[in-house]
Amino acid sequence: MAIKGNLHDFTLTQLLNLINLAQKTGTLVVEGSNDSVEVFFSNGKLAYAQIGQEDNSLVGILHKAKLLSTNQYKGIKANVNGMSDKELGLLLINANYFSQQEILNSLQIHFVDVLKRLFTWMEGFFQFETDISPPEDKITVRVNLENLILEGSRQAQELEHLEEEIPSLDIGVKFVDRPGANIANLKLSQSEWKVIPYVDPQNTLKQIANVTDLSDFEIRQVIYSLLQAGIIEMVRPATPEGEPPPIRLPDPIVNGNKEEGKSILTRIIDRIRKL
Amino acid sequence: MQTLKMVVTGPFNAGKTEFIQSVSEIDVVSTERKISSEIERIKETTTVAMDFGRITIDNEMALYLFGTPGQKRFDFMWEILSEGMLGFVVIIDSTRPETFREARKILETFRAYAPTPYVVAANKQDCEDAWEVDDMRIALRLNSDIKLLECVATKKNSVKDVLLELLYSILAEFEAVDLTLAN
Repeated sequence: MAIKGNLHDFTLTQLLNLINLAQKTGTLVVEGSNDSVEVFFSNGKLAYAQIGQEDNSLVGILHKAKLLSTNQYKGIKANVNGMSDKELGLLLINANYFSQQEILNSLQIHFVDVLKRLFTWMEGFFQFETDISPPEDKITVRVNLENLILEGSRQAQELEHLEEEIPSLDIGVKFVDRPGANIANLKLSQSEWKVIPYVDPQNTLKQIANVTDLSDFEIRQVIYSLLQAGIIEMVRPATPEGEPPPIRLPDPIVNGNKEEGKSILTRIIDRIRKL
Repeated sequence: MQTLKMVVTGPFNAGKTEFIQSVSEIDVVSTERKISSEIERIKETTTVAMDFGRITIDNEMALYLFGTPGQKRFDFMWEILSEGMLGFVVIIDSTRPETFREARKILETFRAYAPTPYVVAANKQDCEDAWEVDDMRIALRLNSDIKLLECVATKKNSVKDVLLELLYSILAEFEAVDLTLAN
């Protein structure tokens, strides 16, 4: 009988705990708002994972892990017509491109990464079907779930804290007038970089998360760290009721009214002249 | 408040931070580079160098200047930064011809991301060993219609001139679009 529910009511940590303790074999499918994830377990261990339509082929995973250059990736892709991952893996090992361990490590890192990304989902309909195995041609791994469950628990605690600090994603943010004194040593992550161009009081955090492809958890993490760094501050939404306006990039000119654009440019020119 | 964005790019140590610092009304937010290997680049926790400064235009509008990380290994951030920019400035160290080729590549990359107006600023023109802009134009293979401007990034007036030239180019492009439409 399938285990069904929503991550909102039964968290991924709880699910993994169940799978681990009951040594279950089967497939967990989670349907999120933008994507879906399939995770295969074998006797309570992580065996295989796939997110959405991402390239999950062995050659794609090795390329993502920077073990293959883009040219090598394209070359292999073009020459492995119909070859399964298992066959390709053997070929790469026999040709001394990689050791068996290197291939398994890369797959393990990739599958764990998929599961970690799933931890950031707070909503999503899930279904666990027993005795469904990964596709025959795929190489599987065996990863103990204990550490992942611990990490998930820590993340759940962090989320709880973040939700206290940033209760709603319907708020906006703006750059502070006077950044904190500690900004000289500030270090931004790639996600923080992604968010910076969208910092505008008119853009809600939900909109920024959508456009930057960050989960609710990730956007809270990013905003919290930027708040802590003293770069931004929270502001009330510009339109408290109804649908927010479309997300605004810091460029009202290119897609806007030409006359208005010219007027804006003239104002900027006047201001720069007076600097 | 409406926000607008310009990007200041160029090779490592070309003078981007000084350029922004000279006109920004807030302390330039400048981060350190902490990436030690190519593999770290793909990690979400990777630290990326950046600068940004701000000029308040009036009560309703602010202009942000974003300085891009100079090294090639940070180029994955360039596309993110180029989104929605009004235009960009390519800063080149006039005393370091060994960086000219890289500057050219950066310029081409940004042009591919967003075909917005741009100007090239030949920085450190106050240095004795600075190349003449005419020689730099040849070395950089810049057409005569591309603005290559003398610049000293530590001097506010020099930076203002570069920004103004970029704004004039943006304005001219707007007017050209209008003329095209009218014809």
